[in-house]
Amino acid sequence: MWGWNDRRVVSVLTILFDGVAYGMLLFVLACGLVVTLGLMNFVNLAHGAFAMAGGYLTVILMTRYGVPFLVCLPIAFVATASLGAVVERTLYVPMYDRSHLDQVLFTIGLVFISVAIVHFLMGSQAQVIRLPSYLQGRFEIFGVGIGVYRLFLIAVCGVLALLLQWVLAATRFGSQLRAAVDDARVARGLGIRVSWIFALTFAFGSGLAGLGGALAAEIVGLDPTFPLKFMLYFLVVVTVGGTSGMTGPLLAALLLGMTDVMGKYLFPKFGAFIIYAVMIAVLMIRPSGLFSRIGTR
Amino acid sequence: MPDTTQPLATASAPAHFLLGKSRWRPAEIVFWALALAAYFAFPRRHLLLNEIAILGLFALSLDLILGYTGIVSLGHAAFFGAGAYAAGLFAKHVFGEPVTGLVFSIGISAILGFLSSFLVLRGTDLTRLMVTLGVALVLYELANRLDWITGGSDGMLGVKIDPILGFFPFTFRGSTAYLYSLTVLFLAFLLARRVVHSPFGLSLRAVKDNRLRASSIGIAPARRIVAIYTLAAAYAGAAGALATQTTQFVSLETLDFTHSADALLVLVIGGAGYLYGGLLGAIVFKLLKDALSVASPAYWLFWMGLFLVVLVLIGRERLTGGGRALLDAVVARMPGRRR
Repeated sequence: MWGWNDRRVVSVLTILFDGVAYGMLLFVLACGLVVTLGLMNFVNLAHGAFAMAGGYLTVILMTRYGVPFLVCLPIAFVATASLGAVVERTLYVPMYDRSHLDQVLFTIGLVFISVAIVHFLMGSQAQVIRLPSYLQGRFEIFGVGIGVYRLFLIAVCGVLALLLQWVLAATRFGSQLRAAVDDARVARGLGIRVSWIFALTFAFGSGLAGLGGALAAEIVGLDPTFPLKFMLYFLVVVTVGGTSGMTGPLLAALLLGMTDVMGKYLFPKFGAFIIYAVMIAVLMIRPSGLFSRIGTR
Repeated sequence: MPDTTQPLATASAPAHFLLGKSRWRPAEIVFWALALAAYFAFPRRHLLLNEIAILGLFALSLDLILGYTGIVSLGHAAFFGAGAYAAGLFAKHVFGEPVTGLVFSIGISAILGFLSSFLVLRGTDLTRLMVTLGVALVLYELANRLDWITGGSDGMLGVKIDPILGFFPFTFRGSTAYLYSLTVLFLAFLLARRVVHSPFGLSLRAVKDNRLRASSIGIAPARRIVAIYTLAAAYAGAAGALATQTTQFVSLETLDFTHSADALLVLVIGGAGYLYGGLLGAIVFKLLKDALSVASPAYWLFWMGLFLVVLVLIGRERLTGGGRALLDAVVARMPGRRR
C-alpha cells in the first residue's frame, strides 16, 4: 500500500510535523495536571474546564472587543490563573485528603457545571477565531509543508516546556515544590509554606491550561463539550508520562499527538479508536506509566 | 430433622451475626410491596416507573463493583450500551421475543465484562478510572463508526419486539414494560442479595478493605474481582436490554460518558454498599430529573453537576448515613422486629 515515492514520504513528514505541533499543544494543556494529579495525587477531572475558560475568553476578547491575538494569550493565562487560584482556595482545598471517589465525583460535577454555563452563555456551536494574517498560511522547506501557526505553536510550547523544566529542577521554588510533594509534613516542618506552594502551583497550572485553550481553539475547535472530550487526553499525558519530572509527560504528549494525527490522517474511518486502544495497551503493559521511575506514588 | 438444624442452633457467634444480616427485614418487604403497588397507584406514570426500574438495575450493577469491591469505574455505561445494542440487533435480525433477547444480551455483556475485567486488575485507582473510561470510549467510537449496523449517531431504529413469551404485548403506556422490568429487577436483586451475603460476597468486602491482607488469609483477589466484574457487567447488560426492549430504540447515549456518570450519581445519592442504594437513588434521581426537566430541559447537566459538588462538599457519608439512620428508625418502630 505504501510506495516509497517522494510525495508519500514528504506527506508523512508533514503529518509528523502536525503531530508534533499537536503534541506540544497537549503538553501545555495538560502539564498543570501533571502537578495536581501526578504529584499531589489529586484526581482532577476538571482540568479541561480551565482550558475551556481560556479559550472562550480569547474568543470573546477577539470577536467582541477586537483585542489582537497575541495580546489575548497572556490575558488568557492571567485570567485563568486567577480563576484557578480562587477555585483552589475555596473548593479544592477541602478535597485534598478525601477519597479518590469523592474527588472524581466532585470534579465531574465541576465539569458538568462549566459545560452547562458555557452552553448557556455562548450556545452549543463551535467557536472560531480568526488568526492574524502573519500566523496563517503554509510554506515549504525541502518539500515538507509547514503551517506557520503550527510552527508558532511548537516554538511557544517548546519554550514553555524548557521553562517549566528549569523552574522545577533548578529554582528554589521548584525544589520546595518537590519537597512538599514528596512529604508534605516534613516539608512543613522545615518551614516550607506547603499550602501556599500548592495554591501557586495550581494557579500556574490552570493558567497554562487557559493559555493552551486559547492556542488550541484554532486547531481542535472550541465548543462546550471541550472539557469532556479532552479529559482522557489529559489523563493519558499524565499517567503514561509518569510523574518524575516534565520530560516524561512531554514525550507522552508528543507520542499521543503524533499517534492521534497519524491515525486520523491514515485511518480516518477508525477515528479516535486507535488512540484509546493504544492507551489501554500501554496501561496494561506499564500500569504506572511508560516513563515513570519505579515506586512513585 | 435434627441433623440439619443442629449446626444452626450451635452456630458460632460470628456465623450467627452474619446469618442475621442476611435475614429479610420488614422494611425490605415493604419496599418491594410499594414497588408493585406503584403499578396500581400511578397508572399514568408507567413509563417513568419503567425508567426508574431500569436505572435502578444499572445502579445496582455498579454497586456490586463499587460498593462491594471498591472499583471506581468511569465507564460502566459500556456494558449497559453493549446490552442495549445486543438486544436491538438480536430483535432486528434473529428473534423478537424479549426474554430470549434478554438472555442473549446478558451473555454478550457478561463476555465483554469478563474480557475487560482483566484490565481492572492491575494498577491504581487512576489507571482503573482511565481503563474503564477507555473501554467505554472504544465501544462508543465503534457504535458511532459502524453506522451500517448500529445506525450511528441517529440511533438504531426499527427494533420490533414481540409479546413477552408470546403472551404479553408491550403497550403504548408502558404497563407491561414496567411489570417486565420490575420482575427482572427483582430476580436480579434476589441473586445479588444472595451473592453479597454468601462467603464469596464477604470475601469481596475483604478485598475492598485491604487487598494485601485479604490475599494473606487465603482469598485470591484477582479471581474474585474477575467474577464480580463479569456479574456486574451482566447486570448492566440486562438493564441495557430492558431499555432497548421497552423503548424499541437504541441511541448512542447509552454508551455516553454522562450515562456512566448518571450511574455514579444515582449510587452516591442512595449510598453504596447495601444494595438498596442504587434503587432508592434511582427513584430520587428520576423524580428530580423529571421535575427539573419540566422547568429547563437543556440545563439538567448544570443541576447534576451542582448536585455532585454539593453532595461531596457536605459529605456523602453524612447524607447517606442520615438516610440509613432514618430507615433504621422506621424499622425500629415496626412491630415484630427481630435483632
